Amino acid sequence: MKRAFTALLFFAGLIGVWHLLAMSGRWSPVLFPAPMRVWEYLVSAVEDRTLFEALGVTTRRLMIGYLIGVVTGVPLGLITARFQWASDTIGVTGLGLQTLPSVCWVPPALLWFGQTETAMLFVVVMGTVWSVALATDNGVRNVPPMYVRAARTMGSRGMHTWIQVILPASLPFIVSGIKQGWAFAWRSLMAAEIYVTILTGFGLGQLLNFGRDLNAIDQVFGIMLVIVLVGLLADKILFSPWERFLHRRWGTVNA
Amino acid sequence: MSTVAEELRQVTPAKLSIEHVSKWFREGVVQTHALDDVSLSVDEGEFVCLVGPSGCGKSTLLNMIAGLEFPDSGTVLTEGRKVTEPGRDRMVMFQESALFPWLNVIGNVLFGLKLKPGLKEKERLEVAMYYIQLVGLARYAKSNIHELSGGMRQRVALARSLAPNPRVLLMDEPFAALDAMTREQLYGDIQTIWEARKKTIVFVTHNVREAACLGDRVVLFSPHPGRIREEFKIELPRPRDINSASLANYASEITTALKAYRKTEEND
Repeated sequence: MKRAFTALLFFAGLIGVWHLLAMSGRWSPVLFPAPMRVWEYLVSAVEDRTLFEALGVTTRRLMIGYLIGVVTGVPLGLITARFQWASDTIGVTGLGLQTLPSVCWVPPALLWFGQTETAMLFVVVMGTVWSVALATDNGVRNVPPMYVRAARTMGSRGMHTWIQVILPASLPFIVSGIKQGWAFAWRSLMAAEIYVTILTGFGLGQLLNFGRDLNAIDQVFGIMLVIVLVGLLADKILFSPWERFLHRRWGTVNA
Repeated sequence: MSTVAEELRQVTPAKLSIEHVSKWFREGVVQTHALDDVSLSVDEGEFVCLVGPSGCGKSTLLNMIAGLEFPDSGTVLTEGRKVTEPGRDRMVMFQESALFPWLNVIGNVLFGLKLKPGLKEKERLEVAMYYIQLVGLARYAKSNIHELSGGMRQRVALARSLAPNPRVLLMDEPFAALDAMTREQLYGDIQTIWEARKKTIVFVTHNVREAACLGDRVVLFSPHPGRIREEFKIELPRPRDINSASLANYASEITTALKAYRKTEEND
């Protein structure tokens, strides 16, 4: 209760300061909107449904791409950790591509797939898959050999050891990897949506860019606010349960 | 007889024989002679303690019986059969760090049971609870590993290794990390459990008193290369108290021998 109150006070204060700054007249309202104007934009965007449509488009792209990224990234990491040849080939490739800012995938994606949903998906997948794979690989390599030995004495072999021991033992690393993958996917999708208009659906990034085109600073601020909220919400919904589980079981926060 | 009762009935402890086992380890350019022509037999239901300074190969020998490592020459036999891989008839109780943190207490104990054919889910739970009760942790069945004290974790490790009902129990310095009070309590418990469950036990330690307290026989190793130097039969009634005077006599006899071998080694 006290925590909620503190948080409420903080955000009320933040909006208050914002309001005062906007009212001070130091900056033109064309460049720095008052909170009320941003709120009015958001209400109108909700009323004419553009906000929900954009949210839906963006979330769908993100979720599908992210899911593909995780579902391929985890096995890829397991393979590179297990086989030296895979580590020397796929592993090195992954390490290199992970250092590549994922927005760099936008130009080739547009050339290959045109201004389509596939291009958007491709960018998100590329942003996700490598960091997930590297984290999984790293997690597997950090599994104490003692766990595997203990499992073997109890009759665990082959796939059973991988699924029942090595995978759960590397969970702390994998969770931090999929969280990082999410951050990359989210950033790259926003960059891609701002960069190019896809006619099959306007996402949040596109709304943000239209805001700039229309010189509508209230729209720019409003959409930025929504993007922050989506990020926060995703963190709470997607990752908090895992992190709570890890914290409960392992007794540590190093996820 | 119900399946659970059948599962919990005592199994006959197995006989072990180690015949002329030698083992070398190579790390970089350094080659160590871990075991040199070691022969040892352990009777059915016997409690044998392997004692010696670090590097004497006692843990290596234990791992060979477990089927986790293999001799370069010689053979390790259980019930006359050569050990070629780990098996449920020989369970290892590792140090506390080998418990799985992603499973709770009962999950850890169930791990080996789930791999044992012939039991239904409900029966496995019943068997797991039996062993958790046996080590005195019934109230902690749902606890997470990190919530337990070091002594309690070792009890979980013991329950986990007992659960598949092995014929041989191999213990590698299981109490080394515990404080003296907790250890003393566990000495009592392990003796009671050994009598209740009738296992052949091979127990590795560098604590001479601990060895004299637990073992029917104490086998003394010396390092570089690892060799068996001497055996001591401990003829004391059970349960034994680690602080008793007669036990101290045995312990000082073993310690004297241990020091003597160290001296001859220095003179070599």
